[in-house]
Amino acid sequence: MLEIAGKKFNSRLFTGTGKFSSSQLMAEALYASGSELVTVALKRVDVADNEDDILKHLNHPQFNLLPNTSGVRTAKEAIFAAELAREALETNWLKLEIHPDPKYLMPDPIETLKAAEELAKKGFIVLPYIHADPVLCKRLEEVGTAAVMPLGSTIGSNKGLKTIDFLEIIIEQSNVPVVVDAGIGAPSDASKAMELGADAVLVNTAIAVSDNPIEMAKAFKLGVEAGRMAFEARLGSQTNQAMASSPLTSFLD
Amino acid sequence: MSSFKTIFDNYNWDNVKQSIYTKTEHDVINALSKEKRTLEDFKALISPAAEPYLEQMAQMSHQLTQKRFGKTIQMYIPLYLSNECQNICTYCGFSFTNQIPRKTLSNEEIIKEVEFVKSKGYDHILLVTGEANKTVGIDYLENAVKLVRPYFSHISVEVQPMEKDEYQRLIKVGVNTVLVYQETYHQEDYKKHHPKGKKSNFYYRLDTHDRLGQAGIYKMGLGVLIGLEDWRTDSFFTALHLNYLEKIYWQAKYSISFPRLRPHSGGLEPKVEMNDKELVQLICAYRLLDEELELSISTRESEEFRNNIVKLGATTFSAESKTNPGGYVVEPQSLEQFEISDDRPTKEVEQVIKQQGYEPVWKDWEKCY
Repeated sequence: MLEIAGKKFNSRLFTGTGKFSSSQLMAEALYASGSELVTVALKRVDVADNEDDILKHLNHPQFNLLPNTSGVRTAKEAIFAAELAREALETNWLKLEIHPDPKYLMPDPIETLKAAEELAKKGFIVLPYIHADPVLCKRLEEVGTAAVMPLGSTIGSNKGLKTIDFLEIIIEQSNVPVVVDAGIGAPSDASKAMELGADAVLVNTAIAVSDNPIEMAKAFKLGVEAGRMAFEARLGSQTNQAMASSPLTSFLD
Repeated sequence: MSSFKTIFDNYNWDNVKQSIYTKTEHDVINALSKEKRTLEDFKALISPAAEPYLEQMAQMSHQLTQKRFGKTIQMYIPLYLSNECQNICTYCGFSFTNQIPRKTLSNEEIIKEVEFVKSKGYDHILLVTGEANKTVGIDYLENAVKLVRPYFSHISVEVQPMEKDEYQRLIKVGVNTVLVYQETYHQEDYKKHHPKGKKSNFYYRLDTHDRLGQAGIYKMGLGVLIGLEDWRTDSFFTALHLNYLEKIYWQAKYSISFPRLRPHSGGLEPKVEMNDKELVQLICAYRLLDEELELSISTRESEEFRNNIVKLGATTFSAESKTNPGGYVVEPQSLEQFEISDDRPTKEVEQVIKQQGYEPVWKDWEKCY
């Protein structure tokens, strides 16, 4: 069973809450996905409002909230936002995302590392969104993040695992759970990430923007489960080489 | 300081116009088949040759917008603080030479107006003034922003172009977005429409976004007043400007508006008419050029147009707007800057957006960012 910072998860599908056509539909889709960790942008919720539409709909025992810092551009802003989220949403879990580039929403590795170190010291359970950069993942692990969240491709792009070679290195080297975040556009992408040995995936756009978010959420649930099952059962290794009929080493027999 | 002028001066209006109008069906098909598009592709998409491809452009724009922004529409409301203006702009109701009663809101009046729009659910406000440095200069604006800051997560302003240090003052007290429209990139026509006042300086206005970028603004808006000149050529220059800014001020977000000249008291007839079909073409062309661009549709447009544009690439809507200072509660009868077209109450617009399968988003910012 997946465990992050001492918390156990039955589902390895983490989800986002943006881009849905209504909060009601969001809640239904996320429920159908089986997801137990849902990320919500601090900037989208009104923490002063007890009746906030998004939060109200996420008030269900299946869901644990993972506030995120989407919109901040520096470590300083991220830390400020994190503290606000901790106080208002009563959780020390945090998806740290710092993307100063609004075009491709590329995460800033330098600010992220700075903020992660500071936040870990302040007792946050930090899940940082980053490039599929193996060295950065090790550095984040060293400063105390609870997991790493490398991207599969640019956020919201639905392009799948463009960074696959680096994800494999990250998964091989990591001592903390690896959650593939961003770019997962189809259940087969999620499956693939799980087959590689990712501990979980985070999906938002592909579910929220589909014509039928509830059915798509179920499809992702199955995709994640299938991929994980295959990983645990050990996939046969691929080979492009045929076995030679006249082996060079037969004289040794 | 980096300056758009250095780029702009390499272009000749007539050559650009000719290049747009000679784009062929082949250019359009080529532009549509690419994943990344250039400014030349944008020219093809806004050209007359693209008109038969409008449905395809709309489908693509719809998909790209949903992928990037989801099924949401961001909501904001303008608040006019003053109609004082030292400029002469031939198309504007607040123009210096128009004999209208002038009004600038006091602190108490600003709060009254703010409380009204707040009660409608808005969390993003756009503060608007004319250009009158003595009455509504930087000090007045700074004070106004401080007053409204506690009520809103996101504050935009649409005021006269300023100096970098003035923008920094506004950013410091809480301004997130500044909108400055060039009106037209046609220099001679610009002179004709802005004969007097600080605004008559074309190049000072042209470099405003550079000053904003250097001040570190979070989001800036661009656009032209559609109707003054050939909209296709003006839109190309807007895109050229945008393209330049995006590469230099890479941390800023950008939004585009498409104000079409509306009737006002003592009004100017549009020199060039843009019909609804052409506006849709332009909106889709921007989306195909730039996936993350915010495209804002105000109440200048008709109900029917706004109902349908929700799905075609728009990201940002105002509703129930008043374009006169005090228009919500303080002085509803005062003279407006221009007539709005869609005067439905906020609730009704909200319902229409929902009926289209979209969620109106009120809050999408944190004050601390």
